[in-house]
Amino acid sequence: MRIRHLAFAIAALAAAGLTTAPAAAQDKSIVVSSTTSTQDSGLFGYILPMFKEKTGIDVKVVAQGTGQALDTGRRGDADVVFVHAKAQEEKFVAEGHGVKRYDVMYNDFVLIGPKSDPAKVKGGKDILAALKAIHEAGAPFVSRGDKSGTHSAELRLWKAADLDPAGSKPSWYREIGQGMGAALNTASAMGGYVLADRGTWISFKNKEQLEIVVEGDDRLFNQYGIILVNPEKHAHVKKELGQQFIDWIVSAEGQQAIGSYKIDGQQLFFPNAKSGS
Amino acid sequence: MDASSALELILTGDATLFAIVRLSLLVTLLATVCSALIGLPLGAVVALTAFPGRHAVIVIFNGLMGLPPVVVGLLVFLLLSRSGPLGDLGILFTPAAMVIAQTVLITPIIAALSRQVIEDLWAEYRDELTAMEVGPLARVKTLLWDARFSLVTILLAGFGRAAAEVGAVMIVGGNIENFTRVMTTTIALETSKGNLPLAIGLGVVLITLILVVNAFAWGVRHWSEAHAG
Amino acid sequence: MLDRAASTSATSVLGSDLPIRFAGVDYRVGAVLILCGIDLEIAGGPPTILLGPNGSGKTTLLKLAMGLITPTAGAITYGGRGMPAPGTRAFVFQKPMMLRRTVAANVGYALKAAGRRPDRLEIARLLAEVGLEGLDDRPARRLSGGEQQRLALARALARDPEVLFLDEPTASLDPASTKAVEDIVGRVAKSGVKIVMTTHDLGQARRLASEVVFLAKGRLIERTPAEAFFTKPSTDEARRFVAGDLVI
Repeated sequence: MRIRHLAFAIAALAAAGLTTAPAAAQDKSIVVSSTTSTQDSGLFGYILPMFKEKTGIDVKVVAQGTGQALDTGRRGDADVVFVHAKAQEEKFVAEGHGVKRYDVMYNDFVLIGPKSDPAKVKGGKDILAALKAIHEAGAPFVSRGDKSGTHSAELRLWKAADLDPAGSKPSWYREIGQGMGAALNTASAMGGYVLADRGTWISFKNKEQLEIVVEGDDRLFNQYGIILVNPEKHAHVKKELGQQFIDWIVSAEGQQAIGSYKIDGQQLFFPNAKSGS
Repeated sequence: MDASSALELILTGDATLFAIVRLSLLVTLLATVCSALIGLPLGAVVALTAFPGRHAVIVIFNGLMGLPPVVVGLLVFLLLSRSGPLGDLGILFTPAAMVIAQTVLITPIIAALSRQVIEDLWAEYRDELTAMEVGPLARVKTLLWDARFSLVTILLAGFGRAAAEVGAVMIVGGNIENFTRVMTTTIALETSKGNLPLAIGLGVVLITLILVVNAFAWGVRHWSEAHAG
Repeated sequence: MLDRAASTSATSVLGSDLPIRFAGVDYRVGAVLILCGIDLEIAGGPPTILLGPNGSGKTTLLKLAMGLITPTAGAITYGGRGMPAPGTRAFVFQKPMMLRRTVAANVGYALKAAGRRPDRLEIARLLAEVGLEGLDDRPARRLSGGEQQRLALARALARDPEVLFLDEPTASLDPASTKAVEDIVGRVAKSGVKIVMTTHDLGQARRLASEVVFLAKGRLIERTPAEAFFTKPSTDEARRFVAGDLVI
């Protein structure tokens, strides 16, 4: 009967389709929760094939905002967490969700602004002075507003400048609740300022009238850390494979791979894992 | 990368793009089939049976047609997360989770619309089938078969809805490269990277795919109508 | 054509459904009393025609006789039993509903619904009986009105019924199709199937009836052999109807 043939065909299709996925999962693989800015920079596309070739381990990166990435680790839906929000990471370990935090690399944030520069901050070396100028001028400023590492850094800087636009919510301060790419798109469209990590900025394709207006300030330093999710809290965590990944990332080989990643000839990430940590 | 490179990717048979297209079709087609298996009989039963609260059920089905994909994604995520009730299945961030999420999303569409179609057809068939003393199960089969053309259109509507959504598959799939990345999540990713022309190019590919599926279904219908009415 | 004079397949193991006896039957829908105080016996044999003007309740009476609806007062028995046996009756509606399938598939469906095998030869035989041979693969909805009514007849005959109920089957057909349907009904009647048919058409009643049950305004006015009804109607309403009056 035709219906029976159809049903059989569908079942075969389903089996074929869905078993290719779990079958791959049965092979060596781990889930790493990381951030959208790290993924958007293209770093993973560069270093993960090297790791796979050496160890045969497939690294599946789920890219989310920092807050969500840590939450994914807390829930046990990832084996390794790799983000750039040191204070939140240390809390993560202290609360028992992670085994140990390792420094991996840093990149820096840059203040991006329109060529028209309404707040006249271009060329400055002092981020706090620039933020104050933007505040004074009421120039449009795009905030990620999503509890990401970048967002936390932005809030820290406002606080250091004794300002609180996130609290007072003036009309020039636009919280969009989205990732770095979306923030840059928005800033480009409205001729506004935005704090971005250099990595995402360099590989961003829609720069239009945006450019770097402030960089180089020590306070714009952005540290990345990697943590194994605690197998005592989640028994299924692939601790050996996860630890292999962490060990490789902080090893001379991994660090060298990170440092050699370039876009347009520019290095994005500066490895700084402590040897013997 | 720009729009012409999207075309280039298609014409040169770029392996990554094809893998993404293949996964998109697989996930959405499977979800459509599962939704049909659940939604069609469900719609038929509600259409043909009188039970207390029937009107409330119909209103709820109709309302659930507008389920926001991102909410469905979040609910399925909470279900499948390791910390959730079905966590031990370990299928979060896999294509299976994406199929489940899309099935949840489009089953109400299929159930609600097929309920309407079958109820209308039953009004027409009731006297004759009652006179022929056709039993309840046979009635359902008869109506489902005789309504087949309208039901296929309903399945296509479900397929279109699933193929176009990004909220659910993004959350439960994680947009993992070479694993759970589909057309819509790729478009979202390229947009966030500022690759707007490429994103639009991929958008055109997606729309074309949906049109091709619809054209195929139309062709099948046209052929069957000519041969069987 | 098979002679069903000694038909054994047409009656179920439970015995015949005939005679159909109405005792004090009313049928009410909401506040409207459609039929009132019907006492009637329909026995086996030659065709019984339910005759009357539109709105007289003939269709309702027919459906009650078939068992499609149940009385709101009074009782109906079938061969002495309260319920008709399954698979012994068939009904042809005034506007036949064609399944969205081919002509042959429609007949096959009726055979299966009656618990019989949808045998190709049997389908062909039934189609030939109603003059639709060769139209097997035509989508049923594309048939003309007359052809659809004949297909409905083929479906009804597929059930090999003891009693065949027809509700104004030629009301919307042209004369040629009407004749074709009447011829089929005549042949079926001769083969031993009990025919119970409604019509408001005097001419049709004259041509087909052996017994007339005359209804007006929900009441059973007269019930007589056909010959007597048309030549010597005993009630005033019947007289006026036979004379051609519109309002009885």
